[in-house]
Amino acid sequence: MTTTAPTLFIEGPAFWAPSLPGWEAAAAVFRGEAAPADPPAKRPSPQMLAPAERRRAPDTVALALEVAAAAVAASGRNAADLPCVFASSHGDLGINDYMCSTLAADPLLLSPIKFHNSVHNAAVGYWTIGTGCMAASNSLTAYESSFAAGLLEAAAQCAADQRAVLLAGFDMPAVGALASVTTSRDLLAVALVLSPVRTARSVASFDWSLVAGSQRAALRTEAARQLQVNAMADALPLFEALARREDETLAMPLSGTLSLQLQLKPSKLD
Amino acid sequence: MTPSRITPLKVSAFTATSAVGVGKAALANALENSRSGLRANDFGATPLPTWIGRVEGLEDLQLPDSLAAWDCRNNRLAWLGMQADGFMEAVAAARAKYGPERIALILGTSTSSIGETEAAYTALVDGAFAPAQHRPKVHTPHSLSMFVQAALGLEGPAETISTACSSSAKVFASAERLIRLGLVDAAVVGGVDTLCGSVLFGFNSLELVSPEPCRPFDAARNGISLGEAAGFALVERGRGPLELLGYGEASDAHHMSTPHPEGLGAERALDDALARAGLAPEAIDYINMHGTASTKNDEVEGALVARRFPATTHASSTKGFTGHTLGAAGIVEAVISLLAIETGLRPGTVNSTTIDAECGPQIRLQPDHGEVRHALSNSFGFGGNNCSLIFGKGAAA
Repeated sequence: MTTTAPTLFIEGPAFWAPSLPGWEAAAAVFRGEAAPADPPAKRPSPQMLAPAERRRAPDTVALALEVAAAAVAASGRNAADLPCVFASSHGDLGINDYMCSTLAADPLLLSPIKFHNSVHNAAVGYWTIGTGCMAASNSLTAYESSFAAGLLEAAAQCAADQRAVLLAGFDMPAVGALASVTTSRDLLAVALVLSPVRTARSVASFDWSLVAGSQRAALRTEAARQLQVNAMADALPLFEALARREDETLAMPLSGTLSLQLQLKPSKLD
Repeated sequence: MTPSRITPLKVSAFTATSAVGVGKAALANALENSRSGLRANDFGATPLPTWIGRVEGLEDLQLPDSLAAWDCRNNRLAWLGMQADGFMEAVAAARAKYGPERIALILGTSTSSIGETEAAYTALVDGAFAPAQHRPKVHTPHSLSMFVQAALGLEGPAETISTACSSSAKVFASAERLIRLGLVDAAVVGGVDTLCGSVLFGFNSLELVSPEPCRPFDAARNGISLGEAAGFALVERGRGPLELLGYGEASDAHHMSTPHPEGLGAERALDDALARAGLAPEAIDYINMHGTASTKNDEVEGALVARRFPATTHASSTKGFTGHTLGAAGIVEAVISLLAIETGLRPGTVNSTTIDAECGPQIRLQPDHGEVRHALSNSFGFGGNNCSLIFGKGAAA
């Protein structure tokens, strides 16, 4: 059977890393027009949470809400209407370290709030609660191909149901003893809105298919290469390409043998 | 926005392994005889006073040498589960028919192999994992799908869905979309979750764990019993005797660990599933409810079924048989729904004796037999994540 998935459109790219805190800053650095933030930015503080919750929010929740809100704002859409796909390779590694340390020391001391924040879908749960979104929400992982898998899931949902979908991807550094095996470092989060139709906010269109092979696209900038230590790094080639605004064919590995291939065409600038 | 009707997909193989035994026959036998698989908690070094649905024999199970690097309780249970009911042979046949790159793998889990990470933390060497635990692909939630992909020789797209207790229901929705778009021809879907300290002590910290065997929808229910399970299904394009007809996914937008008081997210998932299946509530002959035996879930879900379904609909919770198997609950209860269609066995609600007055006449304590044309299965998770599935009887093969 031949695969002809419908063309989709990208709106509202969003990006956050301490060295590239926001899409405008990141895109300028990826185009070679600016230098990374120095000193690096502090962890984002998601405005949709109440002040007390903002401070208590796990790192992954803070990261995810920051980029999801930026993407939806840039798309000009209403968050409550958008089904959402959140991808994270490892979930909240800080909470995992807390859970495992506490269980090893005194399991009866486990905090109920930390426990309900330990689910992989905590970030998308807070997002739907904060925005009043009752649409479908998803949380997934595919190890170091989690952004590509999230993009495939979101694109399939957008194309199959013919409605816009929010995609966010985020990972954090390993904490405590877990850092001796889990190599993710630094903070990195990305987001975008996929639409089945071109709108005034579309920044690019793409055709997509599954192809054999697992060659990862080389990163073009030193600033992106510095972020390869993060488990969401498989998102970087797409965001570099969106910043460059050139036609491009990008293969994003889904596994050791298969890739999601995008033929990216930037929208004409006004 | 109401979704459009979808083309049904064939469910060509399915299996589940839980506390009531390995494979479909053991499950059907327990359901037929209202035999609970729960036992007094004997898991871990300091067991809490609760009841659990524990799968026998995992401690002694050995993975084959070629897969030994993936060893952990969760992957052992996945391995045990996929041996049952000829499931591996069915996947091998699909692999030969379509090619391994044309079969997606979509599995749900809430905690995956975190039990192994917990174990590593009890044996740290100078604050780091001991050398034998230097297995980064085991200490991460995608461990389950990477292991199953290797075990089944699949090369299509693979993802792990982790939306707490709706995880392995949502796998059917993701599979349907990939097949409908022609990106794959078939999908192995399922889910595996195992008992571990995180969930036993975690649910205990939320005061959601019962000191007795759980009693779904009972007026005197007092919490859940945790369990572990593995389940799988092979879904293909085309018609067959058993079909996936519809699914609905929706969010509560209410609270991280408490359901929406009016069950609005659950109702939206139900409405979307009915719309995709092109069915009215009257067409549903069996409902496998989420029915965890927590005070709130059963109150909200009981009221939803009472207001939306006729009194003649047979509804039950099977959590008293298996325990709440969390990320595996969706697939286990999908398997029970498929068995109901195949055999006409509509399970009862074991352990419960007095149905809460707030529930409707749909909820049954005793099993019965009758034609099941369409079965609905509900799965609701933390974060307000809801999924409903509808399976149906297709044309005879």
